[in-house]
Amino acid sequence: MLIGHGPISHRGTPPEKQASEHLRFIREVMERSASFTAVPGWGMFVVGITSLPAVWIATMQTSPEGWLTVWLVEATIALTIAILTLRRKARKCGVSLSSGPGRKYILTLAPSMVAGLLLTVALWRAGNLDVLPTLWLLFYGAGTITGGASSVRTIPVLGICFMVLGVVSLFVPGIWTDILFVLGFGGLHIGFGLYIARRYGG
Amino acid sequence: MRVLRQNLDPLIHARVRLGIVSALAAGETLSFRDLKVLLKTSDGNLSRHAQKLEKAGYIECIKSFQNRIPLTEYRLTSKGIAALLTYVEQMERMLKMARAVTPD
Repeated sequence: MLIGHGPISHRGTPPEKQASEHLRFIREVMERSASFTAVPGWGMFVVGITSLPAVWIATMQTSPEGWLTVWLVEATIALTIAILTLRRKARKCGVSLSSGPGRKYILTLAPSMVAGLLLTVALWRAGNLDVLPTLWLLFYGAGTITGGASSVRTIPVLGICFMVLGVVSLFVPGIWTDILFVLGFGGLHIGFGLYIARRYGG
Repeated sequence: MRVLRQNLDPLIHARVRLGIVSALAAGETLSFRDLKVLLKTSDGNLSRHAQKLEKAGYIECIKSFQNRIPLTEYRLTSKGIAALLTYVEQMERMLKMARAVTPD
């Protein structure tokens, strides 16, 4: 078997050059296989935008329950947008969300989201809602880091940014916690969403 | 160099088959559709090459149903991983030998 019969066949090309091209081919396929991001940039951008009026409505609430209701409604809207745009992007890229990197992203993100939701219920029952913004920033950040481990590098970086905001919010007064919360769910989603949409096809 | 070339695994030393093995090495489990998009090949071509690799025990095929639609997924076996590593090693040795003969 001659190397010329391989993946990149060039008559008269020295075998070492062909070997180098075969190695490049392997690397490129591996990169393409690993780098698909199912994360929809435009979806993330829209989620960021919807969180801005939610902040305004939430600050007008007089009771902690009212504040929590606003954010739960916003979370439901954000989840719906995320699912719809995730499916749209996967269809556009011609890949399945039920296998490969798409499935890995969802399966690794889900445990943190479920844990965050359960703790939200527990804290609401205990009447301790002050810590919720910090908790959501940290859990969403942790889920995005693990979910992004099988995606493009931008996703874990987004998760780290959320976690940094979460850690900072542990040590600042209450008013600053709200600002960090908006910076995360509004600012980071808008900024990273635009970057992903432009860089990774939507 | 000639000995090394003669020892290349013919099962991997073909564009689509090398692509399938490389993609699965990075992507763990990939569906038939994912592989088709990734390697920019036709259904028939991919199916033919995947069958050869499956027959050799390099990849395993997992068939299931997703919302009543048949789903075919592939996974690299330990034999397939070993074959890819050997192939990459052979290519690197060829490069090293060529560089030793003609240093820059």
